[in-house]
Parts: sequence; structure tokens; C-alpha cells
Amino acid sequence: MFANTVKPSFEKAGHDSYPDTLIRKILREVKVIAMVGASPDWNRPSYFAMKYLQAKKYRVIPVNPKVAGGEILGEKVYASLAEIPEKIDMVDIFRNSEAAGPITDEAIAIGAPVVWMQLGVRNDEAAARAEAAGLTVIMNRCPKIEYGRLNGELGWHGFNSGVISSKRRKLPEKA
Amino acid sequence: MTSNTKPGFETLAIHAGAAPDPATGARSTPIYQTTAYVFDDVDHAASLFNLQAFGNIYSRLTNPTVAVLEERIATLEGGRGATCVASGHAAQMLAFFSFMEPGDEFLAATKLYGGSITQFSRSFKKFGWNAIFVDAEEPENFRKSMTPKVKAIFVECLANPGGVIVDIEAVAKIAHEAGVPLIVDNTMATPYLCRPFDYGADIIVHSTTKFLSGHGNAMGGAVVDSGKFDWAQNDKFKSLTTPEPAYHGLNFYETFGDLAFTIYGHAMGLRDLGPTMAPMNAYLTITGTETLPLRMQRHVENAKAVAEYLEDHRQVEWVSYAGLRSSKHFKLAQKYLPKGAGSVFTFGIKGGYDAGVKLVESCELFSHLANIGDTRSLIIHPASTTHRQLSAEQQKAAGAGPEVVRLSIGLETVDDIIADLDQALAASAR
Ligand SMILES: Cc1ncc(COP(=O)(O)O)c(C=O)c1O
Repeated sequence: MFANTVKPSFEKAGHDSYPDTLIRKILREVKVIAMVGASPDWNRPSYFAMKYLQAKKYRVIPVNPKVAGGEILGEKVYASLAEIPEKIDMVDIFRNSEAAGPITDEAIAIGAPVVWMQLGVRNDEAAARAEAAGLTVIMNRCPKIEYGRLNGELGWHGFNSGVISSKRRKLPEKA
Repeated sequence: MTSNTKPGFETLAIHAGAAPDPATGARSTPIYQTTAYVFDDVDHAASLFNLQAFGNIYSRLTNPTVAVLEERIATLEGGRGATCVASGHAAQMLAFFSFMEPGDEFLAATKLYGGSITQFSRSFKKFGWNAIFVDAEEPENFRKSMTPKVKAIFVECLANPGGVIVDIEAVAKIAHEAGVPLIVDNTMATPYLCRPFDYGADIIVHSTTKFLSGHGNAMGGAVVDSGKFDWAQNDKFKSLTTPEPAYHGLNFYETFGDLAFTIYGHAMGLRDLGPTMAPMNAYLTITGTETLPLRMQRHVENAKAVAEYLEDHRQVEWVSYAGLRSSKHFKLAQKYLPKGAGSVFTFGIKGGYDAGVKLVESCELFSHLANIGDTRSLIIHPASTTHRQLSAEQQKAAGAGPEVVRLSIGLETVDDIIADLDQALAASAR
């Protein structure tokens, strides 16, 4: 695919766009996601994303100090990343760009391999720290929208997916 | 694909949005002739109704065949998403419905397809939407007409009945300074000749009935969103930026970001107004778009030859085609339509009303009808048909004086097109 064939150096070079290969790889390999800023309100964007990702068989563990101890979509809510007893493959940040800084540092501390900041969230300094520590960073994207874009679901709703291929669409299946 | 470059327009026109059917492998897009779609279980249904999952519920809102066309058109325009609807007029209604409230205003160019002028000045009034018409020849006129209630500016880049081009880059700047979107009707140019998003337009509407389907056999319309307009920059666009009661307090812009306008178009516009595109029409239009580049090349090539022929004809008073050096819009045409100034234009016939009527009645190849953008060449004499209810002054102001003839040049052999006009002009002088 066109968008897949980007120079290898690109992954580190910038955060204005990401090759589809990188997004696909993350969505395929990640199994357990910690969602920081997950809301218990059904009409909040984080709830939408969590529900969707669960339907795609990801384990999503919510982090939100305000509702810690409670449950969102059947999952126990933790007050911080450090308190989660399980291994986290990706930290999905549903907070503003400033708050994303310290959360990224926590993600580095718990050894999460991927930090993903939501649409509208971008913190280049934090990204640089994470990348220096060997993490992969995605910013200003939504994993739900990216998943739907790559498997063709977004096209069901009339969106430009940027995918041109004569092959049947495949879901970014997990390893 | 293995190349490093972005796919070209011709490749996108054939492939964007369409992939082999996941279930059957069918290569051409199937016509999903169905009204409704099963839910896996109650929770799946709830997720769909709450817009938390992607998927189909009912074809008034979304349909897999229509969705292929939506992605195709969104891609060709370089936009984020599109909503396809039953006609070009439905596209205009849906575009405004996303943010207009009773009492709101919008600015519209005076030179528009006549049906759009009527829709804006009469039927939209019933919704409490007030159009203020502005002479777009001078873009500054839009700034002068701006009011606090204005929510958008609407223009046709290449205006029907042809020959007039609006400086959309200048108008976009004025719209953005006022914090409102520029809506461009790109029906006459198509994305092959002009891509208004490249010049700052925010929303594009189409009558796909014309060149996109291209064969005079399928009604349709499209609303395309660039995804770039910031709906939260002021408090003018509350339906997109405040909790929506019909979805339990969902805030579209906050939840869906640059997808919000298109999701609103389906989840609110199509759901509640109902002008859905039929899957069969989507299929015909998908097939049409695959040859859009080839057809548009030939359309403009033929149109230019016909315009040049008419310009030299002694029975012709004037020709209004922006691709002619003599046109006052020639310079704007070079900028916005470098591949050609479309294939719809008007000319003035000597001998006025009677000569105009005789001309259209004497054509053998040209079809006498009220449409544009067909493989067939089309002709109409507005004063005796589409504009006959208007007074003489109104006809003149609308560019439909007694001597005006409108052509939509088709894809026949150009010598045959010219020969038919030639014999019909001779007959009209007898
Ligand atoms: C420029 C333009 N816009 C909109 C329309 C309306 O489209 P429809 O007839 O598909 O409703 C037309 C139809 O002639 C048109 O020419």
C-alpha cells in the first residue's frame, strides 16, 4: 500500500504522520492497553474508544484517580499506572497535552513499550523522553479510528481511509 | 502497491473506497440492495445506536454500496469524509442542516444554478434560514455583507450556466476571518478540473447527477468535509459543539474530531431528514467516477473547440466560456481550472428569442432538455423553458435573456457536434 512504503528513518523523524505499517504493527502486537483518563460516563469519547477496543478483543484497563476502585465496562479502575499489577503493552492517554508529560514518564517507569496520545493530544518533549528510553510513541491519533480505517470499517461511514489495494480488506489481526 | 509515490488521480478514481467484497471476493462493488442489517446481540445494537461502533443499522443512514461512493468522492476531493444523498439539492440542504438554526443567515453568490437560488431564497426560508445574495465578481463584497448571524458562505467555483469563476481562495480568506466555513458547489468543475479544498474551501457539495455519474442515468448528491474547519473556534456551531439531546448528550465535535461533520451528516441529517441515495444510483455513480478523468478531458477538449467555433460565427453575439482568451474570467480559469474550463457554457444568438427557440428545435444531435454533464450534448433556451416564469428584467439579471442559449458539450465526435450546431444555426436564420 502506498502509505506503507515510507523510508525506515521516518518512524523517528517526526510525528506529523505515521506509516500505516507502524500503526498496523502496534495494533497487531498490543494486547493489554492501560487507558489513562478513562471515563465511566457512556457518552464520553474515552468510553466510546474503550468499548470499541474491547469489542476488538483488547484488554483495556482504565486509569482514573477520581473513580479508582470502581468499574468501567467490567474492568477495575486504578488510580495510577504504577498500581496496575499486570504487564501493560500500551498506554493510551485521554488527557490534555500538558498532563501527557508526567503520564508518559510513568509509562516509561512501568516499562510499557508503546505510548499512544489521543486525537488533539501532543507533547513532543515527553515523546522525546519516551523514545530515548526505547518506547514507540504515537500522538494526535485515536486507536479506534486507526483500527477502523485500516480494516475498512471507517469506509462504511464514508471516510477517506487512504488505503488503495486490490486485495480483500483484512483486520489488523493480533499475533 | 509498492511505489513510494502517492497514487494519481486516475488510480484513485478507480480504486478509492472499493475493495474486493470481503465475503465473496466480488471485484466490482456489489449493489447492497437491502434496507436493514442484523445485530449480533442487544449490546451490539446498543453500541451501533449510540455511535460507539462502526457498522450499519438501516439504509436511511448508511449502506455499503453508498459508502464506497462516499469514500471515493471524499478521496478525489482530498477531503476527510463524505455523505452521499439523493440529489444535489439534498446535498445543499444537508450541508446547511449541520449548523444552521432558525434565524441564521448565510452569504451566497448571485451567480448560481437557478434551482439553487430558488431553494435558498424560497424553501430555506421555511426553515428560518436566510440567504443574503452577494455579487461574487468582487470577493470583498462578501466581507461587506458579513453579519453576526452569518454561518457560512456558499459559491459555485465554476458557476452554472458557465463562464463565471469565483476567486475561491480570496473568498475562503474572508470566510475564515469571520470564523465561518466556505461551502463550494463543485458540480460543474468536478475534482478532476478543480479541488476547492486546495484553496481553502471547508465543505464541498456535488450534484453527482451531472459529471460524476456522467451518463445522465442516476440522481445523486454528495457533501464532502475537508475535516479542517475548527467548529469550536466560536459559539456559532452549537449543533456540532454542544451536547446533542437526540444522542443522550453526545458532543459530536469533541467525540469525533475531524470526523464529526460527516458523522453528523449521517446520524442526524440522513436519519432525520431522510434524503438517502439509492444503492443502485450509488453503483451507477461509482462506475461513472471510474472514467471521470477520461471523460472530463474529452468534455473540455470538445467544449473549447465548440466555443471557438461559435466565437467566430457571424450569427453569434457573444460566447461566455472562461477557457476563451476573450473571457474576463480567463485569468481565474488559468489558476483554478488549468486543465479546462468545464463543458457547460452560454452564448448569445443574434435574432433573440425567436432565433433561440428555432435553434434548439432544429438540433438533431443535441438533446433539448434541462440537465448538464451527460455523455450526450445538451442544449436549452432558458428564456423559453427554465426561466419562462420570470419577467424580462429578472431573466436578464439571471443571465437568461432572450438571446441566451446554454450548452452542455458531450463526448460525441467534435466535428459532429459542431456540424449539428452549424445546421441548426443556419435553420434558425431562415
Ligand atoms: C451546479 C448545480 N448544483 C446543484 C444542482 C442540483 O442538483 P440535483 O438536480 O442533483 O438536485 C445542479 C443541477 O442542475 C447544478 O447544476
